[in-house]
Amino acid sequence: MSCCPASEVVKAGSQGNDQAGLSQWVEHLDGNRESIEFLLPTIHCGGCINKIETTLNKMDGVHKARVNLSTKRLSLEWDGKKQSASNFFEAISGLGYDARPFNSAAAASMSQDETGKKLLRAVAVAGFAAANVMLLSVSVWAGAEGTTRQLFHWISALIALPSIVYSGRPFFYSAVKALSHKNLNMDVPISLAVILAAGMSLFETIIGGPETYFDAAVTLLFFLLIGRYLDHMMREKARSAVSQLLTLNTVGATVVSDDGSHVYLPVDELTLGMTVLIAPGERVPVDGVVISGVSDVDRSIVTGEALPEKLQHGAKVEAGIVNLTGPLEIKVTAIGKDTFLGEVISLMETAEQGKARYMRIADRAASIYAPAVHGLAAITFFGWLWVTGGDWHSSLFIAIAVLIITCPCALGLAVPAVQIVANGILFKRGVLVKDGSALERMADIDTVIFDKTGTLTTGDFSVDVDRQVSSETKQVIAALARTSIHPLSKSIVKLFSSESNAKITLDNIVEYPGMGVQADWHGKTVQLGSPRWIAEEKNLGIEKQSRVVFAIDGKVKAAFLFEDSIRDGASSVISQLIQQGKNIIVLSGDSQSAVKALATRLGINNFFAQLSPKQKVQFVEKEIARGKKVLMVGDGINDAPALATATASLAPSSASDIGKTAADMVFTGSSLVSVLDVLDISRRATRHVHQNFAMAILYNLVAIPLAMFGFATPLFASIVMSSSSILVTSNALRLRLAPKSKISETKNPVSTFQSEALETKELKKRVQL
Amino acid sequence: MSGLLVLIPIALFLSGLGLVAFLWTLRSGQFDDLEGSAERILFEDEKRPTKKGPENSQPDSK
Repeated sequence: MSCCPASEVVKAGSQGNDQAGLSQWVEHLDGNRESIEFLLPTIHCGGCINKIETTLNKMDGVHKARVNLSTKRLSLEWDGKKQSASNFFEAISGLGYDARPFNSAAAASMSQDETGKKLLRAVAVAGFAAANVMLLSVSVWAGAEGTTRQLFHWISALIALPSIVYSGRPFFYSAVKALSHKNLNMDVPISLAVILAAGMSLFETIIGGPETYFDAAVTLLFFLLIGRYLDHMMREKARSAVSQLLTLNTVGATVVSDDGSHVYLPVDELTLGMTVLIAPGERVPVDGVVISGVSDVDRSIVTGEALPEKLQHGAKVEAGIVNLTGPLEIKVTAIGKDTFLGEVISLMETAEQGKARYMRIADRAASIYAPAVHGLAAITFFGWLWVTGGDWHSSLFIAIAVLIITCPCALGLAVPAVQIVANGILFKRGVLVKDGSALERMADIDTVIFDKTGTLTTGDFSVDVDRQVSSETKQVIAALARTSIHPLSKSIVKLFSSESNAKITLDNIVEYPGMGVQADWHGKTVQLGSPRWIAEEKNLGIEKQSRVVFAIDGKVKAAFLFEDSIRDGASSVISQLIQQGKNIIVLSGDSQSAVKALATRLGINNFFAQLSPKQKVQFVEKEIARGKKVLMVGDGINDAPALATATASLAPSSASDIGKTAADMVFTGSSLVSVLDVLDISRRATRHVHQNFAMAILYNLVAIPLAMFGFATPLFASIVMSSSSILVTSNALRLRLAPKSKISETKNPVSTFQSEALETKELKKRVQL
Repeated sequence: MSGLLVLIPIALFLSGLGLVAFLWTLRSGQFDDLEGSAERILFEDEKRPTKKGPENSQPDSK
């Protein structure tokens, strides 16, 4: 397995996590056994698990090291001292993986998906009961009589009643909760039908009656539980984005005290005005101002820009940004909730609460459906009581038959069946749907907001040299660039990869943070870095956009242009969206000129630059308040709150983890055509949902009168219920005939290959569900 | 009729066995990490989860 880029990872910064910072996360088990949980955000394959587990299991005292690939967590138990935690941490960093300690109590409550397990157990029990009861019921329908029938009814009762009590709880609890809030949800008619069917069947069994509804009650539970579990799985995948964001908080920081000594303190103990040392490779834990040092920092969390920025004395730093090249001393100006990261977290929290209020189409249907059904059952009961002159037994029997027949089997399937088919289609086209209600929300989008870097553009920088460069110079440049960890140097190394094998000896290599690298080569000074730093001569003879130049003895020999390339299909997707009458807006954290250049190229008139994450959210909120249905397409951490706020959201698979978690859907292909696909499929899906509702209503129009007049037998009920469910499901399957969105012919072969590889991986995941 | 008295308990027993087996796999955490399990099957030198490290081969102090 060579898929892990472990060797490329920079290991600077690991020295900052001494035992003082780690032992607070260690939890004491019994005896001298200790445990800790690490989050390993960079693991992604079996090779990673294997490497980490084998290494740790070989270490002294380790009792158990187990990596969970789904949650990207490592749980570690060992015998010995708490302080050993730092050894394990270093071992993991040594392998090239990023590890962050995790509060195991919080982790436990989050990772153990108790609801999911409860549902699965309920499904298993209901399935067991349904299979056995159905076996017995079929014999009764086939003509078993007398004592045999009695025996079968009794055995059915013995299986069905405990199973209903056990498996029905999710519905009963939810129904009671809804009733106590004076609401009606779909679970109220379900619970009532199941309980009444079971109770009446028990009564019939006791008095030796000919018909029982045990089979209907348990199969109903079984199918509804499956639906409930699938729904739960979809929601569980759309895990709270906040929990991941919290792990960006660093554990602690090295504080420089007044006498110049260095102390490592946990983040909680940092106070305003302290001086904190940030080593290259470390994440900044607090907001602050640089008081000494010069460095390049990755501020993509703030601006979404992948290119590093140079910082020096007096510059502001935000919590969450990564220091790249030189050590920085900063004065703390904000801690905890007041920091930039804290603000993003609270924005996300508010946005997620807002979204929870969205009422799904099925729930809206239930609020009309439930009272109607109960009303009809009551009318049936009193009607028959009046007609038969007080025969409450047969009146109740018929009223319950009405409840069972109307039990929203088809209605319950109307939405999930379509959603599952739609998700399957989108999945085949490289879009992963994370939230079940996203399709509904996506259907009536009228405004599409794009982020710039990483969304309309790919976020990968293509490098170009502006003049002919000799092969020898290329070799020197490659050798020099390789000594730096700056992202631009890495791109240059990649550009000259064929030349980088040559042996070039460089002496006195010095990296000047924020400026570039310098070295001696055959007695000459070679420099690679910013034009302002290198070229003192006035006439550079290079293009202004060059971010990096190479010079020998102060004479510029090569200049590099970095361009963020536009994503495949961006311009045609934009023009098609405009044709469809959608309002297109670009929101970016980047500079005005850069945003304007791109927007003009793509024919977008509305664009806003230099926005903070908060301003993006405010913009989206304003549009929503104006009654617009906003689709946000974005990738960065700075887009995450806006993604969570928008009516619906979409992120490319290259997005930051938090961006992907915040978005409703993630597209894996490299082309923006997915936006068209998503909008088209969600519109169609919503149409099919409406058709299914119409069919379910039609079915009820036929079945209810029959049941009300007392023609419904258990056999009739099970035939009618299953046939309507099949009808609804087949209509959902018709969605597969939807044509593909065009403009995919310009796809390059590489991207197709990548998306296929991703698909197979996701497919594997799907099969396991 | 007498056949039923044998066959029904057998049917119940067998499906009950399946149920118990499923609940056991659920409880012992075999559904906790589906992605990881899919990858682990490819490991050549996978140790059995219950096997303890060399330091723990001595009898437990408990």
